[in-house]
Amino acid sequence: MNDFAVDRKTKTVTFSREFNAGLSLVWDAYTRPEILDQWWAPKPWTSKTKFMDFEVGGRRFYAMVSPGGEEHWSIQKYTSISPKTNFKLLNAFADKDENPELPGSEWDLTFSEQNGKTTVRISIYNESLDRLDKMLAMGFKEGTAMTLRNLEELLAILLQQSEKHANG
Amino acid sequence: MRRDIFQAIADPTRRAIITLIAVQAMTPSAIADNFNTTRQSVSKHLRILTECELVKQEQQGREIYYSLEVEKIKEVDQWVNQFRNMWETRFNQLDDVLSTLKTG
Repeated sequence: MNDFAVDRKTKTVTFSREFNAGLSLVWDAYTRPEILDQWWAPKPWTSKTKFMDFEVGGRRFYAMVSPGGEEHWSIQKYTSISPKTNFKLLNAFADKDENPELPGSEWDLTFSEQNGKTTVRISIYNESLDRLDKMLAMGFKEGTAMTLRNLEELLAILLQQSEKHANG
Repeated sequence: MRRDIFQAIADPTRRAIITLIAVQAMTPSAIADNFNTTRQSVSKHLRILTECELVKQEQQGREIYYSLEVEKIKEVDQWVNQFRNMWETRFNQLDDVLSTLKTG
């Protein structure tokens, strides 16, 4: 994953990833349910798409299924599609009867190909980033947002210290 | 009273206090020496941080020392890490699927 960033002002998380495959194939992998279900759920969970109409106004209704068979449903509604370039959707958790839990998040996915490799850039806007914003504002220089790396480094130092205290 | 951890770190003075005691345990007066505010105001911030369980107090002789609850701070970072890990996993799985499709 490249440039994973949280923008406090816009409550948006943005990240991108390059794939070693052509644009058409990567686009299909994101927009065809039979391929999507092969990679969407982090193993050992599985993804089960009940229906998917990849058109503006269409929806994907799918479940993340736990190894124990527990189903967590979500609905994605497509709000804009520019073939092989970009699509946008509204994502919300749902119950098994397709009732969404609002507010959800707004996703924006952009695809571009260079030298046979395809970069996918994803932005996710989320109301609850309000809290994340506060957390990331723990920048240790006043007024600058703390990057995740800073926090990780800080934690590493703190953990080392606490281990020293425990052993010392 | 139990407070929201995010409220605790929303205030710049409290963030500065966290930074100070992340390095070493400190007494309230030593902490207050770093700020141009009243001791009472620093005490109030320390109370909020304590209620959020972000800092712990330790009595040493006649002094109280404040230090950071490392585990609690880690909790703050968890959401983002979970989110990032989930996408990392997804993308790696997609890599595998794509290479299968290419050879298939």
